[in-house]
Amino acid sequence: MLSKHKFLEKHSLALVIGILITVSIGGIVQIAPLFYLESTIEEVEGVRPYSPLELAGRNIYVREGCYVCHSQQIRALRDEVERYGHYSLAAESMYDHPFQWGSKRSGPDLARVGGKYSDEWHRQHMIDPRSLVPESVMPPYAFLQERALDYSQVEAWLKANRAVGVPYSDEMIEKADQHLRAQVDPFSDYYDEFLAAYPKAQIRDFDDNPRQISEMDALIAYLQILGTMVDFETYEAEENYR
Amino acid sequence: MTQETNKPVTSVSSATSGGDVMGVAVILGIGLLYSLFAAARASDPLMQFHSFIFLAAFVAAGFALIVHVSNPKPKSQSGYEYGVVKAGVIASMFWGIAGFLVGVVIAFQLAFPDLLYFENLPWTNFGRLRPLHTSAVIFAFGGNVLIATSFYVVQRTCRARLAGGLAPWFVFWGYNLFVVIAATGYLIGVTQSREYAEPEWYADIWLTIVWVVYLLVFLGTIWKRKEPHIYVANWFYLSFIVTIAMLHIVNNLAMPVSLTGSKSYSLFAGVQDALTQWWYGHNAVGFFLTTGFLGIMYYFIPKRAERPVFSYRLSIVHFWSLIFIYIWAGPHHLHYTALPEWAQTLGMTFSIMLWMPSWGGMINGLMTLSGAWDKLRTDPVIRMLVVSVAFYGMSTFEGPLMSIRAVNALSHYTDWTIGHVHSGALGWVAYISFGAIYCLVPWLWKRESLYSKAMVEWHFWISTIGIVLYITSMWVSGIMQGLMWRATNEFGFLEHSFVETVAAMHPYYIIRACGGTLFLIGALIMAYNLYRTIRGDVRDPEYQSALAPFRGMTPAAAE
Amino acid sequence: MYETLAQFAQTWGLIMFVVAFVLVLVYALAPGNRKKFESARRIPLEEEEDDRVGK
Repeated sequence: MLSKHKFLEKHSLALVIGILITVSIGGIVQIAPLFYLESTIEEVEGVRPYSPLELAGRNIYVREGCYVCHSQQIRALRDEVERYGHYSLAAESMYDHPFQWGSKRSGPDLARVGGKYSDEWHRQHMIDPRSLVPESVMPPYAFLQERALDYSQVEAWLKANRAVGVPYSDEMIEKADQHLRAQVDPFSDYYDEFLAAYPKAQIRDFDDNPRQISEMDALIAYLQILGTMVDFETYEAEENYR
Repeated sequence: MTQETNKPVTSVSSATSGGDVMGVAVILGIGLLYSLFAAARASDPLMQFHSFIFLAAFVAAGFALIVHVSNPKPKSQSGYEYGVVKAGVIASMFWGIAGFLVGVVIAFQLAFPDLLYFENLPWTNFGRLRPLHTSAVIFAFGGNVLIATSFYVVQRTCRARLAGGLAPWFVFWGYNLFVVIAATGYLIGVTQSREYAEPEWYADIWLTIVWVVYLLVFLGTIWKRKEPHIYVANWFYLSFIVTIAMLHIVNNLAMPVSLTGSKSYSLFAGVQDALTQWWYGHNAVGFFLTTGFLGIMYYFIPKRAERPVFSYRLSIVHFWSLIFIYIWAGPHHLHYTALPEWAQTLGMTFSIMLWMPSWGGMINGLMTLSGAWDKLRTDPVIRMLVVSVAFYGMSTFEGPLMSIRAVNALSHYTDWTIGHVHSGALGWVAYISFGAIYCLVPWLWKRESLYSKAMVEWHFWISTIGIVLYITSMWVSGIMQGLMWRATNEFGFLEHSFVETVAAMHPYYIIRACGGTLFLIGALIMAYNLYRTIRGDVRDPEYQSALAPFRGMTPAAAE
Repeated sequence: MYETLAQFAQTWGLIMFVVAFVLVLVYALAPGNRKKFESARRIPLEEEEDDRVGK
């Protein structure tokens, strides 16, 4: 009785192991090579880690579930390239933890929304989307303008990102707090230093309210950098054909 | 609640005398200490809120455990454990209706954005409610259905009481605690933004613990079995439990910002992260919403039709090919993106191959009815079960079609995907669950029949019309939007601005919302019908359940 | 690197999967297993008719 039962126990364990092996193969063959095939991510210039304020804005983008309706991935299709700009490169999201490619476009793609609209447009659009685009189905985000940005954890945000592979230097982490405030203040002492650490970062008061760094400041700073890091005049598509 | 074993049902006791209480107490104790620590030192208010929920749950569970241990009168351990199955059925209906309701709300938000958004109530926004909807229907409704039915089926087909004493109850309450943490998290803004895996790192760890116990309870019951063969439904349940564990752990690897904070950053980035997520996302469909519910099909359809499954050989072949092929299909979510082309091609190829094992399952389910087709006319419950398999067949044809790159170029990012998901979710997952619950309630509560057969008919027809409205409106709007996006005028410029395509969706969003409302009404009728059934009422006495429910309630001792 | 891997997958990988599938087919269709599957097939139904287990 006992030995027979042992066999049966083993039999169900064999089933479990068989299932595990069967379902592992696909993942190993498909996903693992992406981590060591060098051709997976193109060599491009300009992609840098997000500045502290942009990262804070990205946290809000994630928190509000923007990815639910907005993709950040321009497919290599003619109409998409015409509508949104150069198709997305893998390198452009190499520091995105997690990725924000999305899966549904209830609203337009945002991969290259940076610089397309003014800060004021974004602010007004977020407060009341239908005041600018009457047919829009987007929810209003007026509360972002009122809410002060909580950046007490900003150093820890950068540290956690470094732990998963984003190349923030010790200095960037140490000065995260100063850098965050420098980005909304064109007259700060950290202006040059900040810009050297985060090239192409835009420095201004994004929400038109200098008295407080709001969640709106952070979100607009993030939106305005999207898709602007790579200089496509220097990018050789043929060399990176995969 | 259960008591620990006095007389072991079998000669080998993997269920315990006190081990289960100890195990649960240890988990609760550690959880209690940690949530106390996190509540006291939380680095953000969201974490503090969740710590208090955990804390309250652990304290309540601790009290329940003390009451349980101090209660001296031992209950019989010889029968099947039905209490936890009953709890699972009730939880399924509760979460199902909650999830459908949220779905209806967000459908109306897209149809009438000015009515249902409140500019200073962030938690009412679409971005926070949509994850609430998807998680409520998939994990809260579907997950409770799977836990309840798997606990029922594994006992009956192994002819052994559920293993682990208190452990099944821990699985039930632990899982539902995860659901509460996930749901409240979305509302207050805690999310990883990984679709169908939004809960943050601490909820993920908690689910992992619960899931391991779930696997042990399931395996432990199989080890106690008195039936030499492991029935095929249990294969499917087992593959669901094992594979979901693997997917969950890998996809949720992340670095918390702090051990007392709610925020984390995914271990992977960009293209690798995208493929990991869709490897997970597609196989949440494959192993949560397919193999788990195929386990339901393989037990409840034969049982209700009173005929053995059409072909056991087919079930074996399609089981192994299905689980092998499914896992490769993820990259079809990333066609024409920055994912390397070889991975896209691989994903597409396997997605197309997936058609065959899927239809193997469909044929097996449908043909089980051969020779008993008249039951479709007379028994609305079996009609629901069979129509669900037909929807399964339709979705698993549509899926491979949409995975073809040229088709996907049109369908991706549009409502076609939403329609496809719902033909699977409403037609297949929800209908097979409804059918199984309609079977289970009279069996579990020992009723001769359901309260009303007519109400099952009403439920069936109302929600079927709802599904048809839903998926046809999404086909039209999805294909139309895809075509509008790519339309060019005679000069080669784009014909439509983006917002023109949004405006064109409006009528279809209204139709979709109405379809969803009908589906919700159907579920409310069902809940009422079940409530009256449990109370013991019978509305139309001439209707008797197709099965005599009372026999075979106990696994007789083999010794 | 990519070429080597692709080469391996398209030859040995393919052969391995075909062999594995044939093994499943053999297991499912072997005449010796017919009786086992026939009794397994009836598991959900027999619990009603015959409660006494372990025959």
